[in-house]
Amino acid sequence: MDIFLQQMVNGLLLGSIYALVALGYTMVYGILGLINFAHGDIVMVGAMVTLSTIGVLEGHLPIGVILLVACLVAIVVCVLMGLLLERVAYRPLRHAPRLAPLITAIGVSLLIQYSAALIWGKQYIALPELFKPSQYVWAGVEINALQIFIFVLALLIMASLALFVKHTRLGRAMQATEQNADSATLMGVNTTGVIALTFAIGAAIGAVAGVMIDLYYGQAHYFMGFLLGLKAFTAAVLGGIGHIGGAMLGGLLLGVIESLSAGYIGDLTGGLFGSNYRDVFTFFVLIGVLMLRPSGLLGRATTERA
Amino acid sequence: MSLLKVEGLQVHYGGIQALKAINFEVKQGERVALIGANGAGKTTTLKAIAGLLKLQQGHIFFNGNAIDNTPAHARVGLGIALVPEGRGVFAHLTVADNLLMGAYLRHDRTNIRSDLERYYALFPRLAQRQKQWAGTLSGGEQQMLAIARALMSRPRLLLLDEPSMGLAPLIVKQIFNTLIEITQEGVTLLLVEQNAKLALQTCERAYVLDEGLVSLSGAANDLLKDPKVIHAYLGA
Ligand SMILES: Nc1ncnc2c1ncn2[C@@H]1O[C@H](COP(=O)(O)OP(=O)(O)OP(=O)(O)O)[C@@H](O)[C@H]1O
Ligand SMILES: [Mg+2]
Repeated sequence: MDIFLQQMVNGLLLGSIYALVALGYTMVYGILGLINFAHGDIVMVGAMVTLSTIGVLEGHLPIGVILLVACLVAIVVCVLMGLLLERVAYRPLRHAPRLAPLITAIGVSLLIQYSAALIWGKQYIALPELFKPSQYVWAGVEINALQIFIFVLALLIMASLALFVKHTRLGRAMQATEQNADSATLMGVNTTGVIALTFAIGAAIGAVAGVMIDLYYGQAHYFMGFLLGLKAFTAAVLGGIGHIGGAMLGGLLLGVIESLSAGYIGDLTGGLFGSNYRDVFTFFVLIGVLMLRPSGLLGRATTERA
Repeated sequence: MSLLKVEGLQVHYGGIQALKAINFEVKQGERVALIGANGAGKTTTLKAIAGLLKLQQGHIFFNGNAIDNTPAHARVGLGIALVPEGRGVFAHLTVADNLLMGAYLRHDRTNIRSDLERYYALFPRLAQRQKQWAGTLSGGEQQMLAIARALMSRPRLLLLDEPSMGLAPLIVKQIFNTLIEITQEGVTLLLVEQNAKLALQTCERAYVLDEGLVSLSGAANDLLKDPKVIHAYLGA
């Protein structure tokens, strides 16, 4: 029983990070109909930049300040990358056939990966042990203060984004641009600016996710954006791509599914498959959901899109 | 002085020349109709004025200034509002949020509130459906919403593309009465209509478009009696 609870808690925690990354995919898809394949790599850069900043500042400042500065640096770097990516790689292709920006996206993804390999090398980079978070045991479930912090911060970010999009003038402009770009222009919205803003917000949230990944796994790697991006994209599709609440739900669900399958797959298959098959299992779940609900859990039927 | 002046306007779609050389003007406070057969170039003309299409040749003057290079979103700030063909409401925003989008460039909160109240009073069906997604409205309600949304920007020039399309005669009558009421308060109107009779009855002057050129123009009352117009557009 406590294995189940423990895996649930682990899954929600991991899922909250997936959800943050998934938001970047879903927001860009919503507004441009484009899968920004390079988003996972931007998150990777966020994680790497954070490790570098911590490396420089370690021992010179209090831990909290170091983490805050590292996080801000990561956000700035990732936002600039996101804006540059939009400006150079996607904006010129806005009216090109769909396949063109997709191929560009894959190219950009590789470019970022290999640049990262040049800068940081191909080995894992470890997070120095900055502090020992206090450990809690509750109903047989172990959790530490850092994990609670990550989870709460992720939820706060998601809630703020939801409120921003729903209740502010700029958020309404984002929704309007997503639903009908020409009509939004006719309201006086600078849709080019709104699209850039969308990339910037996605990248900023991705940067924070990168910091969380450092803290969660204690290490980062130039290639980790690939699988992470794939999973977060999966989460976005699971929830209904283009739907912000869907990305949040999809991320959390994906984390839980992955975690539970890691915990139980061995028992369920009589030891045939080990926990390293959890990713395969996760993608089976995705395929199952999409067969039943092609537009994802919260997605609108595609026919409704103008 | 004319509020809007269009000079030698040419627009191409790829190889197709939709507008060959359009000239016309609309004076402050006027109601002017643009009529013509399917494919004559009416929608293209309105989109070019709103800035959604690039001009190959010609100029558009608004309030005396050339706006050829003003981006579409900035033309809204100058006082140009287009209600597009097909209405273009934001299907997954509420009626209230659609109207607020109309006021996107305005910052005078209290006046925005009072304008909202005013259009809810003018279109009570919208008031009852404030919290509903615009995509769930009927065609007539969507048209009312699109017009009210455009008016929320407090335009000086309102461009309307086929507001009567697909609507029951009673609703059309309601909407057109409201339009006349609004123009009497100083909004200038450029109306595109398939229903030439309705357009000529609503407006003071009209231009007839034919394959990308203005083929006729004059006072609406005269055009209503013009044998060529009657034959080609009034179906008599
Ligand atoms: N996006 C486009 N691509 C290519 N050609 C177009 C496009 N839009 C319009 N056209 C062509 O330009 C010409 C003018 O079209 P426009 O839509 O302006 O006509 P209209 O007068 O509004 O017609 P209707 O009364 O049917 O709405 C037509 O021949 C049309 O086929
Ligand atoms: Mg038309």
